[in-house]
Amino acid sequence: MTDLTQGIPIAAQAPRPRWTGALAWLRANLFNGVTSTILTLLCAALIAAALPPVIRWALIDAIWSAPNGQACHGAGACWAFIGEKFRFILFGFFPAGETWRPIAAVVIFLAMIVAACDRRMWGRRLALVWVIGLFAVFALMRGGAFGLSTVETALWSGLPLTLVLAVVGMLVGFPFGVLLALGRRSRLPAVRAICVGYIELVRGVPVITMLFMASLMLPLFLPTGITIDKLVRAQVAFILFAGASLAEVVRGGLQAIPRGQIEAADALGLTYVQRTRLIVLPQALAMVIPALVNTFIGIFKDTALVIIISLFDLLTTAETALSDANWQGFYVEAYVFVGVIYWSFCFFMSRYSQLLEREFNRGRRR
Amino acid sequence: MSDARTVPMIELQSVNKWYGEFQVLKNIDLQVGKGEKVVVCGPSGSGKSTMIRCINRLEEHQRGRIIVAGIELTSDLKNIEAIRREVGMVFQQFNLFPHLTVLQNLTLAPIWVRKLPKKEAEEAARYYLGRVRIPDQADKYPGQLSGGQQQRVAIARSLCMKPEIMLFDEPTSALDPEMIKEVLDVMIELANEGMTMVCVTHEMGFARTVADMMVFMDKGEIVERAAPKDFFAAPKNERTKAFLSQILAH
Ligand SMILES: Nc1ncnc2c1ncn2[C@@H]1O[C@H](COP(=O)(O)OP(=O)(O)OP(=O)(O)O)[C@@H](O)[C@H]1O
Ligand SMILES: [Mg+2]
Repeated sequence: MTDLTQGIPIAAQAPRPRWTGALAWLRANLFNGVTSTILTLLCAALIAAALPPVIRWALIDAIWSAPNGQACHGAGACWAFIGEKFRFILFGFFPAGETWRPIAAVVIFLAMIVAACDRRMWGRRLALVWVIGLFAVFALMRGGAFGLSTVETALWSGLPLTLVLAVVGMLVGFPFGVLLALGRRSRLPAVRAICVGYIELVRGVPVITMLFMASLMLPLFLPTGITIDKLVRAQVAFILFAGASLAEVVRGGLQAIPRGQIEAADALGLTYVQRTRLIVLPQALAMVIPALVNTFIGIFKDTALVIIISLFDLLTTAETALSDANWQGFYVEAYVFVGVIYWSFCFFMSRYSQLLEREFNRGRRR
Repeated sequence: MSDARTVPMIELQSVNKWYGEFQVLKNIDLQVGKGEKVVVCGPSGSGKSTMIRCINRLEEHQRGRIIVAGIELTSDLKNIEAIRREVGMVFQQFNLFPHLTVLQNLTLAPIWVRKLPKKEAEEAARYYLGRVRIPDQADKYPGQLSGGQQQRVAIARSLCMKPEIMLFDEPTSALDPEMIKEVLDVMIELANEGMTMVCVTHEMGFARTVADMMVFMDKGEIVERAAPKDFFAAPKNERTKAFLSQILAH
């Protein structure tokens, strides 16, 4: 901090061309005015105060390997705990000898997500890739075919479970939400009433309640002898919830489409479906990308609520790892670890949305 | 030519329309023959837009009959779609699709509605872009064009559907004065080629050049109709006289 403030007058007295760029940036962004300068100094002071202890805890004083928990308590973080529980936190109760299967499933997921991020790939082939990929994930996790042993869905846990719930929830919930939003603006009163009723009902209820209902109440309505897999129930609850929240976001975009766009499409003879697909939705969705991604991030984080019906998502496996009598008291390490994983996904979504937004709005400025 | 013009392309028979209690169209009778150009004028709120928007069912009429290109407009979607394929429309606000390039704006309907192969649709699109004198803007987005250019793209977009009839609803009123001429020139050319046109406009110079018939509307009625030289030289109705003296004053 002191270096920074001293740097300015020195550089100003003896201006060297190499410095003017950085200096100009500093002046424009950090020191342009009294308030700004005070804030900059304050922030710098805060960072200077907070950073060294964090670094000392996380790196310098950290213990990287230890035979057990007792040997691992020190001034710094106990990353040995994470090393010890790594597999369990990520993959939970999946049979230990079969760990390659959830690893492969996660890799397939990530590969499909990366592929889907490239706008040039969007099309039928990508949809096919996703169908095959999701099937492969299911086959890998569930087994019972291709010489793989069967693993009950109750044992699916950790990162694969979180990814399945979130990705399938978004993937199915998104088109569902779009249909709901379109239905809400339908000219048919019955369709409109059903969509409005559904959206308002589901949106007014916390996800936890939805999960509870799916898990505890649904079986009461089913004929005896018929059970639906718990994971499927949770997944359905997520899809229903995602659909309702996304529908409201999409509605905002639909409302922003000028009437003239629809009239022009009609005058050209486009049908309702063509008009919606080619004219209305591309513009409406592009307009609400930030809100959409915000909702996606919310859905991703809400998957942590499945603990309520005793499914072991990533957060829950981490908490379970904490209850090991040999490794007691490493809360911060466990939460930092899963926190970083959650954060990576959400940060990625957020950055990607900014990129998409730029791409979609290319050429639209007047 | 005069034989062809007896074939009615558009026929409105005592068309009535209400918005709630308010009657916008009162017993409108209008016949437009093949290749005929009709210019509609009248004060604001007189129902000009409503009338021509009824012709391609952007608005629904409640009483009377509308027959376009031999097809009667009913609530039958098939008929509506068939008519819209034959009728092009140009709006005051252009209404280009801002998320598509100029070329995509032009090829969208031919590909999806007329089911033309993409390549053919693009060839036609480039031809019509040449016709409206902006051959080199195909890959730009509408937002990057001037108002006059946008309106000419909108005209080309309609022409790509090879319509029998073109409707214009005040195509130049949203344009800066220096761009009006470039759009009118394109419209005059189109008129000279024998397109059937119904055009709401207050560009009286344009009306004199191309119109076969002038229609004056007021308060939802057609008050007067006449050939342009009679219409301008000797309007019969008082309301027409008042309107013309106002509009020709500046
Ligand atoms: N959706 C609507 N609901 C109620 N009234 C309407 C609606 N659309 C138009 N009107 C009314 O109908 C009348 C005719 O409108 P229209 O747009 O056809 O007039 P216009 O002759 O085209 O006028 P302008 O020259 O201003 O475009 C106006 O009085 C208008 O207020
Ligand atoms: Mg009007």
